[in-house]
Amino acid sequence: MNRFKNNLTPYFFIMPAVILLSIFSFLPIIVSLGISFTDMNLRGLANWSTINFIGFDNFVQLFQDKVFLKSMGNTFIYVIIGVPMAVISSFVIAYLLKLVSDWMSTTFRVIYYIPSVTNIVAIAVVWSFLYNQEYGLFNYLLSLVNLDAIPWLEDPFIAKLSLIAMAVWKSNGVSMLIFLAALQSIPKMYYEAADIDGANRWQKLFKITLPSMSFATFFVVVTTLIGWLQFFEEPFVMTNGGPLNGTNSLALFIYQEGFQYSEFGYGAAASFVLFIIIILATLLQFKLRKSEDK
Amino acid sequence: MDLKNNFERAIVNTVLFIGGLLVSLPFVWMILSSLKNEREVLSIPPTLFPNAPTFEHYINLFTNLNFDVYLVNTLIIVFFSMVGLLLNTMAGYGFGKFQFKGKEIWFAVVLLTMMIPGQVTMIPTYLILNEAGLTNSMTGIILPGLIAAFNIFLIRQFMVTIPDDLIEAARLDGAGELYIFFKLIIPLAKPILAVQVILTFIGSWNSFLWPLIIANEERLYTLSVGLALLQDQNVSNYGLQMAGSTFMVVPVLIIFIIFQKHIVEGFNVSGIK
Repeated sequence: MNRFKNNLTPYFFIMPAVILLSIFSFLPIIVSLGISFTDMNLRGLANWSTINFIGFDNFVQLFQDKVFLKSMGNTFIYVIIGVPMAVISSFVIAYLLKLVSDWMSTTFRVIYYIPSVTNIVAIAVVWSFLYNQEYGLFNYLLSLVNLDAIPWLEDPFIAKLSLIAMAVWKSNGVSMLIFLAALQSIPKMYYEAADIDGANRWQKLFKITLPSMSFATFFVVVTTLIGWLQFFEEPFVMTNGGPLNGTNSLALFIYQEGFQYSEFGYGAAASFVLFIIIILATLLQFKLRKSEDK
Repeated sequence: MDLKNNFERAIVNTVLFIGGLLVSLPFVWMILSSLKNEREVLSIPPTLFPNAPTFEHYINLFTNLNFDVYLVNTLIIVFFSMVGLLLNTMAGYGFGKFQFKGKEIWFAVVLLTMMIPGQVTMIPTYLILNEAGLTNSMTGIILPGLIAAFNIFLIRQFMVTIPDDLIEAARLDGAGELYIFFKLIIPLAKPILAVQVILTFIGSWNSFLWPLIIANEERLYTLSVGLALLQDQNVSNYGLQMAGSTFMVVPVLIIFIIFQKHIVEGFNVSGIK
């Protein structure tokens, strides 16, 4: 009896989570792959018999869809500008925090971390106000130094940069902590040896600090990259993808197709394109790291 | 990489201070603006401190808008996310401390789902909930977010470090499996669970995308969905928008500042060098 009970115990512990995970995370992957080859939409939702298998049509159509291509281009701009900025700013903050006294380091760590725990909708609402062309604080500050008002969210290109600036501001927290932990784990004697050899500060930074934390950097770059490829809430709340789709991202495109136009099959196909881009970008990072190690 | 003299120290401190100011500026502006009346918020040049501080926008949130409903819904989601955390902890314990048939396969499923971006599962999960008749219901909002594969993974990593002998000894003393889990394992896992409780609270308090997709009626809206609606409907009433944002942000700020030691210092980055 006891033996029988023991055999069931582990299942008792894992099953609630595993069942829910299977239904809401694992099964959807299969469903998604399935419907991305169909023309499923709102009509198909009501009556399954109207759904047709259309092969790769969705994927072919995606690459002729101007909005999709525009969203993809925007996403690449977000990644190319946003990822380096986010990684460098969190590294600089961590580097500076390491230099100052303990209480200052602790206090500013909390301050710099705060944006990443706050609600993205609230943040976006607040920043929309700051960015407002007429009443916003930013343009008022510019007017104090006699600069012209900037159309922060009204010009397609500037709007992208405005969203990036806000996202970088929000994203520093976790990366900063990872960098800080990595900085603290570098043995002091490396620096002492460098001092004896008469190395200057920049030599120490590039020859000791950065090489010693290559894994932390790699980890931060990969997670930041994946996060930025999924850029969604910022354009959703602040610009709704506009002006002229100038801030639309791939993730927002998938949301729009799926839930505003109810084109489930088409949206699912777009989500697989995004997934493949994420996998390729991650593999590329692993490859670059490998060649660096050699 | 120590600083050479007081001059350098002063520069680094100044840079950190200015950076800190830039980081806090949006929050300070949000709170100050939320206390200004409708005319003052839009005044040029803007005032820094409200001339006649008013709570009218906050009262408005609850009398003319449905922030009371949003708040209750958000708290319901927070409560169930804690139930979800319990299920995650149970699974982490099961995977970390038991040998059983199919363990590798199930754990592979957990790891796999961890790597799938939310956008891929968004549409099919909606279709599955629709088949089950759970769209536009609280159950539909809660269920998909209950389990977090990454948390299971994290908790399992901790559970593995608990010595088997400890559990065996408790079994020999005649303790039941549930008793062991609640009276032995959970107290042992306190440090990691404390962080998880705080992060789960923050995450569910902020939950936005899934309630937005599932809820078609205002009675099911969470605070963040309600806030997005408020912004759409009161485009130029910035005082009200700032009050709504403050109401969302301040509870999290307070909780974070009280417990920041656990998050910022207990942040688990072991193995990352």
